[in-house]
Amino acid sequence: MESLTIPTWAQLVLLLCAVGFILALKGLSGPRTARAGNLVGAGAATVACALPFFYADLDNVVLILVAIAIGTAIGVVGAQRVQMTQMPQLVALFNGVGGGAAALVALLELRTFADLDELGVDLPVAYLVATGFTILVGSVSFSGSVVTFAKLQELMTSRPVVFPGLPIAFGGAFVAALVVAGLIVGQPAVWAGVVLGLLGLAVGVLLVLPVGGADVPIVISLLNAFTGLTVAAGGYVLQNTVLLVAGTLVGASGTFLTLLMAGAMGRSVPNILFGALKGGSTLGAGQASDRPVRSAGPADVAILLAYAERVIVVPGYGLAVAQAQHTLRELVDLLAERGTKVDYAIHPVAGRMPGHMNVLLAEAQVPYEQLIEMDDINAEFKQTDVVLVVGANDVVNPAARTTPSAPIYGMPILDVDQARQVVFMKRSMRPGFAGIENELLFDPRTTLLFGDAKDSMGKLLAALKAL
Amino acid sequence: MSNDITWLTFFVLSVFVGIEVISKVSSTLHTPLMSGANAIHGVILLGAVLVAGEADGFALVVALVAIVLAAVNMVGGFLVTGRMLQMFTRKPAARKGAER
Repeated sequence: MESLTIPTWAQLVLLLCAVGFILALKGLSGPRTARAGNLVGAGAATVACALPFFYADLDNVVLILVAIAIGTAIGVVGAQRVQMTQMPQLVALFNGVGGGAAALVALLELRTFADLDELGVDLPVAYLVATGFTILVGSVSFSGSVVTFAKLQELMTSRPVVFPGLPIAFGGAFVAALVVAGLIVGQPAVWAGVVLGLLGLAVGVLLVLPVGGADVPIVISLLNAFTGLTVAAGGYVLQNTVLLVAGTLVGASGTFLTLLMAGAMGRSVPNILFGALKGGSTLGAGQASDRPVRSAGPADVAILLAYAERVIVVPGYGLAVAQAQHTLRELVDLLAERGTKVDYAIHPVAGRMPGHMNVLLAEAQVPYEQLIEMDDINAEFKQTDVVLVVGANDVVNPAARTTPSAPIYGMPILDVDQARQVVFMKRSMRPGFAGIENELLFDPRTTLLFGDAKDSMGKLLAALKAL
Repeated sequence: MSNDITWLTFFVLSVFVGIEVISKVSSTLHTPLMSGANAIHGVILLGAVLVAGEADGFALVVALVAIVLAAVNMVGGFLVTGRMLQMFTRKPAARKGAER
């Protein structure tokens, strides 16, 4: 509480930083201004964090600078090393450590409050509520993000993890956390803060475990909003306006973005979080079926494509994992040269996160104009000769329309089943991320080309060149 | 307590601004926007620095851990968002070159 008095000039700089964050979010939401927005945000954050060194009488400056340098180095290496396919889990991890940092800051403030309390200082209830909130929600965000990371990185199963008693354990941990938070408001004590943090970690793990793989990105977005609110509450505790404004902006826009994403998948947020607990929505057996399918070699598929007038490519996460997007672009260019009209149909949640596929194809320098969003292209499938589905499954699964018990039921899908011919390029008969079988694979109009996407795509390209 | 009303005002207004500024985002930009917003809350680094500036003993260790975590969030977040966005913008120019 000692460093709360901020000189007027520094307050004004912080105000500018807060405006910078607003402009950053505004910029990030438009394609032309996104890069500028990101730079403005980074600039504002840097200035805000450098400010205390100029106005506050800080101890331990060298140690603080060393810690910042270590964190910066980790952040730089992480951001540069990451493959674009692994982007969602990296964002989850960055979000988690932010939440953890906020929880630790609040824990240290609680220590100060506890000292003041012993001296008989009367502390405002609102401070203590905000401190408890930050510790609890920051811990939830940290452990929840670590579990989402483990799911996306496939360090653990991406399927919903449900065990008997999970709802009770979750409810118990949550209620216990509220009780301990109440204790803190009554009388601030560090031990209670530590217990609250541990309970928060348990709540975070139990919250994310039952979420199925395909829904994990929504949860990342939700936890991102949580961390934002945590930072806002921490800002109030520290009586720092820029923390409050920045945290609230992220909390509000993150919540809104979460709802937008859930809407794009035709899901509701409560259903995503608690659907698996109710049972029923975890239909997916996750096993490969041995029903007969029609498979073909690259030469047959090449002929099919060569005689088509209208082709639509549906790229999925499997394409990016195999790093086949560059070969795919060559194939599409070759078809276009031969007079075939080819476009890419982009499902809003293609890849692992909304907009993820656009990033992956942009990396392969696919022209922006060829990427057609779902709502604009769905009507065209009826007049399409061949649809080439590469490493996608759930986003073209008609079960979303027909099977109410399927976990993806209600999700808008690409109407691939209306095309004259469908070619699936798949590694195996294993179901997609949502873990459910795709009836379309067994349709008589469907042909399967088995193999690694990059390998098959190369062979297909060679076969088409030879025609 | 009127001071707290001021804080509540900041909070409520920021909620509306936060929703308003991103309300027209296209689904193409969901991922970079989430990542950018994620980086912005890394500004908790400022709070961690303030706390570390007056801590000693074990509390200092905890505060330094918080600084490392917050710096990872902030620096990594902005860099990775930049990397994503670079791919969106670099491509049309490279494309024109290729067609010549």
